[in-house]
Amino acid sequence: MNINKLKEIVMKYVFLFTAIISIVAVVLICVFLFANGVPAMKEIGFANFLGGTKWKPGNGLYGIFPMILGSIYVTGGALIIGVPIGILMSIFMARFCPDRLHKVLKPIVDLLAGIPSIVYGFFGLVVMVPFVREHFKGNGQSILTAALLLGIMILPTIISVSESSIRAVEESYYEGALALGATHERSVFTVVVPAAKSGVFAAVVLGVGRALGETMAVMMVVGNQARVPDSIFKGVRTLTTNIVLEMGYATDLHREALIATGVVLFVFILIINISFSILKRRGKE
Amino acid sequence: MSEKFKISNLDLYYGDFHALKDINMSIHANEITAFIGPSGCGKSTFLKSLNRMNDLVEGCKITGNVLLDGEDIYKGMDVNLLRKRVGMVFQKPNPFPMSIYDNIAYGPRTHGIRSKAKLDEIVEKSLRDAAIWDEVKDRLKKSALGMSGGQQQRLCIARALAVEPEVILMDEPTSALDPISTSKIEDLVIELKKQYTIVMVTHNMQQAVRVSDKTVFFLLGEVIEAGETEKLFSIPQDKRTEDYITGRFG
Amino acid sequence: MEKNITPINQLSWKDRLKSYKKHPGSFILLLLVGASAVITVTVLVYLVGYILIHGVPYLRPSLFSLTYNSDNVSMMPAIINTITMVLLALLFSVPFGIGAAIYLVEYAKKGNKLVELVRITAETLTGIPSIIYGLFGMLFFVTALHWGYSMLAGAATLAIMVLPVIMRTTEEALLCVPDMYREGSFGLGAGKLRTIFKIVLPTAIPGILSGIILAIGRIVGETAALIYTAGTVAEAAGVMDSGRTLAIHMYSLSREGLHTNEAYATAVVLLIVVLLINGLSSLIARKLEAATK
Repeated sequence: MNINKLKEIVMKYVFLFTAIISIVAVVLICVFLFANGVPAMKEIGFANFLGGTKWKPGNGLYGIFPMILGSIYVTGGALIIGVPIGILMSIFMARFCPDRLHKVLKPIVDLLAGIPSIVYGFFGLVVMVPFVREHFKGNGQSILTAALLLGIMILPTIISVSESSIRAVEESYYEGALALGATHERSVFTVVVPAAKSGVFAAVVLGVGRALGETMAVMMVVGNQARVPDSIFKGVRTLTTNIVLEMGYATDLHREALIATGVVLFVFILIINISFSILKRRGKE
Repeated sequence: MSEKFKISNLDLYYGDFHALKDINMSIHANEITAFIGPSGCGKSTFLKSLNRMNDLVEGCKITGNVLLDGEDIYKGMDVNLLRKRVGMVFQKPNPFPMSIYDNIAYGPRTHGIRSKAKLDEIVEKSLRDAAIWDEVKDRLKKSALGMSGGQQQRLCIARALAVEPEVILMDEPTSALDPISTSKIEDLVIELKKQYTIVMVTHNMQQAVRVSDKTVFFLLGEVIEAGETEKLFSIPQDKRTEDYITGRFG
Repeated sequence: MEKNITPINQLSWKDRLKSYKKHPGSFILLLLVGASAVITVTVLVYLVGYILIHGVPYLRPSLFSLTYNSDNVSMMPAIINTITMVLLALLFSVPFGIGAAIYLVEYAKKGNKLVELVRITAETLTGIPSIIYGLFGMLFFVTALHWGYSMLAGAATLAIMVLPVIMRTTEEALLCVPDMYREGSFGLGAGKLRTIFKIVLPTAIPGILSGIILAIGRIVGETAALIYTAGTVAEAAGVMDSGRTLAIHMYSLSREGLHTNEAYATAVVLLIVVLLINGLSSLIARKLEAATK
């Protein structure tokens, strides 16, 4: 009896301990990133680091402004491509396609979500880069190519989150609009989708997070030149690729500057995560 | 009294289930027709065949004729125009998650009215006709979801009125409401029959007696008895009608 | 019993087109949503088809020889490493993920501040990109704990990455277990632990499994978090050795540019794994649905 009681109490604390791990993990990630990255930012100077347009580690120049711009351009481009298609597709899946077709489309979207980013990157490299080179201009490794590829990669995220929020809208809204003589399309687009707007918006925010954080696929198609680009047919480097490209051989301040790049990315992602959870909560109300 | 709807030989199936059996009926203009009967007897299903809301239900098959002013609503009539002419108010109030103004303006906008002045006029008239103008005139831009249940239902009636229908179908419009809201809606419905033809499904036999001119009693997908409300409730012709209205089942 | 009735309420295509003629705006919207579906499906079919067509012919036996050298560019060591990596990462993440979910569902009281914090941090972990995990793993496991580039460091990093996945799916699975079961067990005099291990967990197993399968998918496909934690050595690796998984193997091949055909073949293997994982998880989902109905 006593041993049983003891077991109950011990196990309760064991479970508590496992629950706390995720808190510990977040704290550790923050501490290690900031502790290794912030001193470098200080040494380089915040303004020089964030606003500097030259990244030349050999000359002691560590400006990540081109990479910040690169991330923004590539993510923005991905949204221009992925958001309309993703939202329209989610509307199609939630309100247009018959059940039998849905049974086919759902696994397709799941498969898109499951394909590893390295496979996407490889596909981008062997198919999309030559395509852009031949049909547009430049050498094919460009903002445009990366935006196209990322636009595809964020589709499943946007589709599934947006679809479930559209499906959660009460059927009575739809029926109410139909009963007033609206067509199916008008009912869906002017009543049902607006009613799901915070969920749809959350889907977009999640897509931003994915696009901003994607590394390997982007690296293989974006060119990786650390410069401020003047055309979407030119290559750029993003925050994520900056880290992967140089971490292998970087030392000292250079290495810390790369970690600091990670810190900047991390802060961006945190902001996006927070907006996502706020939107999600608002959607539930 | 002119005949608004004429339904002949209407059968309706959900898959293999024969939900409505050989319905024949006339619904007259500027009258309130009440459908009564126990749950699952097909009265709501029948109501929804009058504005083709059953088209949405998968596996639903209808045969027969439904004439609106002599025109078959299932043959070549544009379903959206049909629903403009035959409006509907649902069991549970279902205002859209937008402002009171936009709720009322939704229908007119759907049918191509863009002018702000015209919309303002329609909104005010519809809300007045639904006897809710005084309660909401100061908060037209506020969300309709903040209103009480009874107000929401009157808003939905106003929304239906805004597209200038000829017939209004009401599917147990007061079943989700308290007694005070219910009596407001009943008064409103009686007022509305001057301009509109009203068909109302109700669970509440007192309500049918209070508001309707004609009553139709449904049982297991068949029309058992139809006629003047007063007559049907005082001297029912069929034993089953008598059993139902005296509360022996249902 | 009329079988051959011709319903009057079903719209023919002709009627529909006629209706769309009156509502051109609606027709355009219909075309748009249809087009987006066609685009999505085309992209997937093209991508998968392209990889399969170019990769399958190169799936030669030599690609699966036990040792790697620059002639055979065998992916076998990478496959072995991938399996090791999956097992190691699950070894860390599964007990913690399930334990945490048990605490959240079975022990914590509603509105508990700690629970809120656990939820928020788990949500944060879900959103962190893998390159950040890679950085952290490099700083913490590789450097601070002196594990060096090793399967262990990589697995520990991935374990944190997939922890929220396992936690969330387990939590959902536990929440689906009806309280009736728990009360029944308590009513028979069983303690809390016994109830959890004998009644609640067994009922929740399919849900937990689907979480684990999802986690496996992420581990197999991961690259950015592994390059600077597990490294890129092309040999079958022990726990404390550096070794490349299949995804990293593919990355190295396509980066070198010398073995494009082998990269295609590796992509085929990765795609097959993803297909298997997705198939398995939808199978479980269907089983779950059937069980709850």
